[in-house]
Amino acid sequence: MAASPALEAPETVDRTGRRWFYRHPLVIRLAHWVNAAVLLVLLMSGLQIFNAHPALYWGATSTFDNPALAITDVQGSDGRSRGVVTIGSHTLDTTGVLGLSKQGGIEVERAFPSWATLPADQDLATGRRWHFLFAWFLVLNGAVYLLYGVFSGQLRRRLIPDGDQIRDFGGSVREHLLLRFPEGTEAKRYNVIQKLTYLVLVLGLLPAMVLAGLAMSPGMDAAWPWLTELFGGRQSARSVHFIAAGLILLFVVVHVLLVIVSGLVNNMRGMITGWFSLGRDRETAR
Amino acid sequence: MILHRRKILTAGAGLMGTALLGGCDRFAGTEAGQRTLRVGEDANEYVQRLLMSPTTLAREFPASMISPWFKPNGSIDPPDRGYRALAAQNFSDFKLAVDGLVQTPLALSLADLRALPARTQITRHDCVEGWSCIGQWAGVPLGEVLKKAGLKPQARYAVFHCADTLEYEAGPKGGGKGRAQGASLWRPTHPGAVREAYLQLAAADDWGGPATATDAPKDDWGQGSPAPEPEETRTPIRYYESIDLYDAFNPQTILAYDLNGKPLPVSNGAPLRLRVERQLGYKQAKYVMRVEMVESLAGIGQGGGGYWEDRGYEWYAGI
Repeated sequence: MAASPALEAPETVDRTGRRWFYRHPLVIRLAHWVNAAVLLVLLMSGLQIFNAHPALYWGATSTFDNPALAITDVQGSDGRSRGVVTIGSHTLDTTGVLGLSKQGGIEVERAFPSWATLPADQDLATGRRWHFLFAWFLVLNGAVYLLYGVFSGQLRRRLIPDGDQIRDFGGSVREHLLLRFPEGTEAKRYNVIQKLTYLVLVLGLLPAMVLAGLAMSPGMDAAWPWLTELFGGRQSARSVHFIAAGLILLFVVVHVLLVIVSGLVNNMRGMITGWFSLGRDRETAR
Repeated sequence: MILHRRKILTAGAGLMGTALLGGCDRFAGTEAGQRTLRVGEDANEYVQRLLMSPTTLAREFPASMISPWFKPNGSIDPPDRGYRALAAQNFSDFKLAVDGLVQTPLALSLADLRALPARTQITRHDCVEGWSCIGQWAGVPLGEVLKKAGLKPQARYAVFHCADTLEYEAGPKGGGKGRAQGASLWRPTHPGAVREAYLQLAAADDWGGPATATDAPKDDWGQGSPAPEPEETRTPIRYYESIDLYDAFNPQTILAYDLNGKPLPVSNGAPLRLRVERQLGYKQAKYVMRVEMVESLAGIGQGGGGYWEDRGYEWYAGI
């Protein structure tokens, strides 16, 4: 058995012989759920803001004739409108979802459909209000999580891969792809792919998201011009912000799927009450 | 079994999401909700102003980065008669009024303004909608004009009254300053939509602009309409904006008369537009006719400090 402090976390056995351990401290549980709600509001209000000018560019300014990505509607040769996504020189028909979608039974020309935006109607002003208020919640919640994580040692214990995990990286990938999840004592720690994914999210994607958002602000650009420069200009920062949002959404989808297939009830109980079952295995039967 | 449970959970999550977000829209519609959502704006203004000083400049760019086309947005061709008459004379009769809480009210022609110290700057214009253009602006620093007029000690905000009508108040002229609720007007929801409003209203002959219109709105910047005035039944809402002294005396805050080395085109705000480079595009009032110094924004429009501010946008547009 590898020497990992996580594996030596205290556990209790209930009357039925089931092993339990306290997986998530309160601060992390709260931070997790606040983050989930805040990210949902930020995503949907972000799509509302995007809809006001549904095109992305690289560099400092907008090259209106030549966007890197655009979600628009075009008039077909038959006179009917179609929703299209244009990426470089490629065009994709996305009628019904992107560019042209139904709102209350009526076809409307909007990049993201009303069910995906906050507010549902086209309302940039209110979308911005939601976005900037909840951006503060994201930052404050993230700061609490990171400070707690660093000073309690939880971040290191939970998210830095142990030596044996790095050595068996290939094996871990194989197990993961086969949807075989660790049981018993090994389930006390995240597997190496999980650890790296969470690290990329909390130290990479989410901070990049906040910084790219700030880089779009003309006030921040005056105060900290290096920040906008870091992203290669305001329009680049806007594109990075959009792509990072897509990656976070991808993470959430995969995360939720894995939570479901790796034991929905146990995982949810863990993130709500803190207690996670390691099962009734041979070790306890002995 | 598991599949079944999963289905229930998925449906449950979907329902919860719908309820949550429907609730969000309802919340945003209430006064308490509106107030809550505004907290973010105060926080942004507070923190951004901690990070800069009154004289911090927005970034300036090399001439090679000037955008080939500077996208005009919002009003692009004011239909107002008074404005059209000025434009027809190439703004030779134009006089910028500077009044309110000043020692000496001024009326400055373009020649007067060009005779004052000038500043030229190549800056990036960031629209609230998300796009950006770089342009070279030349104009007189607002601080120079305000120094010439001399501020009274109570003066806290500079309000910019513009020539372009965006909509009409509901009801008969002078009939209250409330929101134009129930008006049959097409109301723009963001700057880019103003053009559509112009087209629709011009087509509907419901606009003050066309020469055939029977109504000639009286200019509220004191430059009477050239035509004899038939009875006006509606009160035009023209563009207005405001900044505080923190921004008013920033060296880059100028009343610009040139864009890219040429006199400002009508579509970009001729003859004079404001540049407040540390904020978004809607603060950069076009067609500025009058600068009024005030102590409070309460009496301006609906009290938000600007046309878009009174329609939900932030007064502090640094983000």
